[in-house]
Parts: sequence; C-alpha cells; structure tokens
Amino acid sequence: MSSLALLDVRDLTVTFHRKGARPFTAVDGVSFDVEPGRTVGLVGESGCGKSVTSLAIMGLLPRRGATVGGSVTFEGTDLLTLSASAMRERRGRDLGMVFQDPLSSLNPVVSIGLQVSEVLERHRGLPRKKAMVEAADLLDKVGIPDPRRRLSEYPHQLSGGMRQRALIAMALACRPRLLIADEPTTALDVTIQAQILALLAELVRDTGTALILITHDLGVVAGLCDEVNVLYAGRVVERAERHALFARPRHPYTNGLLASIPRLDGARGERLRPVRGSVNDNIPWRSGCAFAPRCPNALDVCRLVTPEMVADGPGGLLRCHNPVVHTEEVTA
Amino acid sequence: MLRFVVRRLLQAVPTLLVLSILLFAWLRSLPGGPATAMLGDKATPAKIAQLNQVLGLDQPIYLQYLRFLRRVLTGDFGNSLVSGDPVVEEIGRAFPATIELSVVALIIAVGLGIPLGYLAARYRGRMLDNVTVVGTLVGVAVPVFFLGYLLKYVFANTLGWFPPSGRQAVDIDATHVTGFFVLDGMMTGEWDAAWDALVHLVLPGLALATIPLAVIVRITRASVLDVVNEDYVRTANAKGLAPGTIRGRHVLRNALLPVSTTIGLQTGLLLAGAVLTEKVFNWGGLGSLLAEGIDRKDYPRLQALILLAAFVYVVVNLLVDISYAIIDPRVRVR
Ligand SMILES: Nc1ncnc2c1ncn2[C@@H]1O[C@H](COP(=O)(O)OP(=O)(O)OP(=O)(O)O)[C@@H](O)[C@H]1O
Ligand code: SF4
Ligand SMILES: [Mg+2]
Repeated sequence: MSSLALLDVRDLTVTFHRKGARPFTAVDGVSFDVEPGRTVGLVGESGCGKSVTSLAIMGLLPRRGATVGGSVTFEGTDLLTLSASAMRERRGRDLGMVFQDPLSSLNPVVSIGLQVSEVLERHRGLPRKKAMVEAADLLDKVGIPDPRRRLSEYPHQLSGGMRQRALIAMALACRPRLLIADEPTTALDVTIQAQILALLAELVRDTGTALILITHDLGVVAGLCDEVNVLYAGRVVERAERHALFARPRHPYTNGLLASIPRLDGARGERLRPVRGSVNDNIPWRSGCAFAPRCPNALDVCRLVTPEMVADGPGGLLRCHNPVVHTEEVTA
Repeated sequence: MLRFVVRRLLQAVPTLLVLSILLFAWLRSLPGGPATAMLGDKATPAKIAQLNQVLGLDQPIYLQYLRFLRRVLTGDFGNSLVSGDPVVEEIGRAFPATIELSVVALIIAVGLGIPLGYLAARYRGRMLDNVTVVGTLVGVAVPVFFLGYLLKYVFANTLGWFPPSGRQAVDIDATHVTGFFVLDGMMTGEWDAAWDALVHLVLPGLALATIPLAVIVRITRASVLDVVNEDYVRTANAKGLAPGTIRGRHVLRNALLPVSTTIGLQTGLLLAGAVLTEKVFNWGGLGSLLAEGIDRKDYPRLQALILLAAFVYVVVNLLVDISYAIIDPRVRVR
C-alpha cells in the first residue's frame, strides 16, 4: 500500500489440503503492512491464523499440503515468488524469527555458541572463531551473564528466560530489518515475560528493526506495539494505532477482548467478561460475518452480507456492519 | 568424558558379578551335578564322590563360588571335554573368526542402514521409500539360515562370484598374526591373502547383516521423520542455514540417538545370528564351538562361552553409552 512499507502483505491466503479432509483456509485474504522500525501487533484468539501468517511470510510452511496466495512484498520483492534457495539467503539475514517455546526451539545436542555462530557463519561468511567471538557479544547484548562460558553450554543448562534470550540473539545476529516474534513470552513465567518484552522493546529501539509481534494477549500489545491488527477466523477485522484501539475499540470482537483483560483501574469485584462462545460457532466468511453467532451487536444483515474492510477514523480499518459507538467521545 | 567412561565401567562390575552367580547356580543345578555330567555314562557313585572331592564340590557353597570366581578372573576355565585343550585356547582360536565376521556384518548394516534409512525418510512416500520399507519387512522376516543358503546357492554355487565356504582359500600362503585374516594380510603386506579373506567374508557378512540392516533402516527412517517435525529444525530453517547444515547438524545428529541404542541391541543379537551363519558357511568360529559344545555337553566350554557372551554384551552396551554421551550432552551431566 504505502511506498514506505518495509513489508507489504496483500491478500495473503493459506489453504491446507489434507488427505480425507476438506481444504481448510487458515488465512483468508489478510493484508497489512509494516513500516521500517515500527512494531506491529497481530492479535487474535487461538487458531485465528497468526502463526500460519508468520510462517507464510517466512516461507516456512510445508511445501506439500499448503497453498499460499496473495503477495508478501519485502523491500520491493515478492517473497512468495522467490526460489527456495533465494528465500534461504534472506531468512536469518533480512528476516528473523523467534518462536513460542524456547526449549523445544533450540537443538538439544548443539552448543548455544554454535547455534548462534552458525547464523553468522552462514550469512556473513565469518570463520568459526570470529563468529564465536561475535556470538559472545550477542549473548551479552541480550542480557545473558557470563556469555563466554555460555557458549559451550547446552540448552538444558539454561533457564527458560535465558533460552529465549539466546533465541533472540540468533534471530538478531545478522541485524535483520524485520523480526517476527510469535508469542515470544507465552511459555515463560510472568516475571520473565516482562523482562523479555523489555528486552525486545530495547533491541527494536536500538537496532531500528521492525517487529511483528504475535500474541493473544492485549496486555503485551499495550506495552510494545505502535499499531495493531486484530485477526478473526483468518481475516483482519480491525486495524488501528495502539492508542485508538485501547481508547475506542470499534469492532465488537476487539471490544470483547479488551473487556476480558484484567485492569488495574477496573472497579473491584467487576467480573471479567471473556468473549462468549467459541470459534466453533463461526459461520463461513463468504456467507456473512464469521463473528455473527458470538457478536452482541449482530444485525440481520451480518448473517447475509460479508462485511468489507473500510477506512475508519485516522489510520484505522474496520470490517463490521454495526461497530461499537463510543458516545462519551462524542460528548467530550 | 573420561570420568563418564570410568563410572560406566565400574557400573558394569556388579552386572558381571550377578551374571557369574547365575552361571554358577546354573552349573550347580545340572542334573546330578557337574561330576555326573562330566563322567557321562561311566558315572558310578564312587567315581562321582571322588571327582566331587577333586573338584572341591564337597566344600561349602560360598567357598566353591569364590574359587570359581578366582578361576574365572585368572582366565582358568579348565579343559574342554571334547578336545582336551584348555578352553581358553580353543576360544582364543575361534574368537577372531567370529569377531571378524560380526564386524563386517556390522559395518554393512550400519554403513548401509543409516544412509538408506535417511534417504527413505527424505523421499518419504516415493519409490525409493516404498522399496526400502518393503525390503526391510522382507529383511527381518527371512531366517538367516535360509538367506545364507540362498546367497550361497546363487552367488557361489551358480554364479561362482564368491567362494561358498571357509575363511580363506586353502592354497593361499598366509601368515597369521592376530587371527583376523584380513588384518593379518594387511599387516604382513600379503595383499592377496587379505583380499582372499575379504572375498570370503562377503556372503556370510551379507547373510548376517540382513536383519540388523533392516532394523537400522527402519529405526533411522522413523527417527528422521520424527526429528524433521521438531521445533528446532524449524528454527534452523528460520535461520536460513544451508540445507547440508540442517540435515547433518540439526536432523541427523538428533535422529541418531535412538539408532545408536538399536545398533547396540543388534550387536548383541548378531552373536546369536553368527552361530547359524557360521554353520551355513562352514566358518569355524565360536558358533561351531558352541554347537559342538551343546551336542557333547562340554560344560567347561559352555561356561566360558556364556561368560564371554555376557562380557561382550557389557562391552557393547558400554560403547553404546559412550556414543550416546558423545552425541547427547544431556547424558554427560547426569
Ligand atoms: N500444517 C497445518 N496443516 C493443517 N492445518 C493447519 C496447519 N497449521 C495450522 N493449521 C490450522 O490453521 C489454523 C490456524 O493456525 P495458527 O497456528 O495460525 O493459529 P494461531 O492463531 O497461531 O493460534 P495459537 O494462538 O493457538 O498459536 C488452525 O485451525 C490450525 O489447525
Ligand atoms: S459485522 Fe455484525 S456480526 Fe460481525 S462483528 Fe460487526 S456487528 Fe458483529
Ligand atoms: Mg500460534
């Protein structure tokens, strides 16, 4: 869309074909863009297609069994048209990725040092020795104490938080312009979560890396993201700057998500209201709004006409027939 | 690493001790006792009593065991009832033949099994994979005995490509240093002798290798298929590493862990297979020694063979543990 965009995802569609099952479209025409240095959130409940979107951008979906449509333009090149080997050159160099479970995401039988240095050896052509020296620097930068000793240690010898730091070091080793973090803190203790988020924020600020932060936790979004894309059943239903989203959620689903996060300033005894129903109630997008069966604002039209994405407020996009109206804003 | 090896060695001692007690108990429980067994048909009560005294069988049981243990530790297993030679000498002559055969079989099984299993996994569902899977099913099902005769019939008797039996042509002038004929030939520079011994090894080696080969292929294939779905392989891909690095460092290294256990187990079973193979190919190793020993109730010989098998088994397990520790750092710290 914008010529400034570092990454421009247009109508991304991912369909899985499994033997004995009907084709399943996990990502259904998702569009969003990421400008250099910005942090963009992808939010939505489990199964809405967040991980599949990120894997499609990285070219990491299984070659057999998944069809990817649309375009993923990164610095002017459509990544979806690149050959497997050209994409391998870019991964780890221009695009980095951090996954959810740090223990299973690290190779148990390879030392931390080698797992960091192999990225440098591969993309910067450094010899092993130099790469190791730099690996120690990187570990230091992500806040791992005594990095030289850690080089020869193995994943099982590190704590959960340290492992995630090591993974972040690997993803950032070649200073990629884009980092994708898929639920980077979900598997960690609450206190560690905060530390890792602070680290990500700091690294993004220092290196100017753009970040796509995937999470189901709006609390994480509030702390880190400049703008947010809310996904529902494989489609973006609302896009907004962070402040606008938290102050005036327009989509009933976003509104429901916000109401379900615990608030420090909320009245005591106020019950959390999770979004009622589950994804199982969804109706297909082609016959209306997938959220209709769960939506408190649903109108008759919602089950008949698929809502289109339309501009909504400054920089906002919305897919809804009957959005939430914030009357207090009007009177203020 | 050294500490790890020493610790494992020490841990093997109780295992061997328990085995020696079991063996001792077995010898004592033979019908009529060892004396009857040794005297065979000629046993009279007077002769048995006399032999019991000579053998120390009238002494308290724990003293008998200790004496048995001391003899075992000093390598004194008595004389064979069949040949009259010291059992240790007999075994010393036959041992290299069996080990040479087993090592060749193991090299074939591992050297072919791991690459084949890996390739089958990589080209899963394609021609190569299907052929391999069917092949391994046949491989584990065919009895060694049958396969041995089949190989011999086709490649030796009919086609004449390989010699049908024996370890070396009788007319070859070979100097024997270690008893490992291929090695001997190489050490003495008698290349024709080494080559001849190697040619003799092909058919029995293949026959003996079939089952472990099939098992190793299957385990490697299954293990690789497991590992490629691991999160850390996805991480390696996300780092854009070269395909060779991903395959070797991230897939194969992890996939080999269960394979090394399998190799250990198969090595143990190999010795059993060797007995049959040796018979088919007239090999003259431990197998024929064992078969004859069972036939003729040669208890001193059997006792030594059983202890040897146990010892080999312990050593093999130790080697497996060491290989495991080399591959997997998590084992080392434990
Ligand atoms: N390889 C695959 N084959 C078939 N279906 C898949 C595959 N990967 C994901 N899916 C399906 O695609 C949908 C979206 O999955 P995705 O992993 O993107 O969800 P998510 O938003 O990341 O959820 P979570 O918060 O649980 O991680 C799910 O219904 C999932 O079952
Ligand atoms: S389109 Fe209708 S059903 Fe869908 S979210 Fe908006 S109001 Fe609710
Ligand atoms: Mg996910």
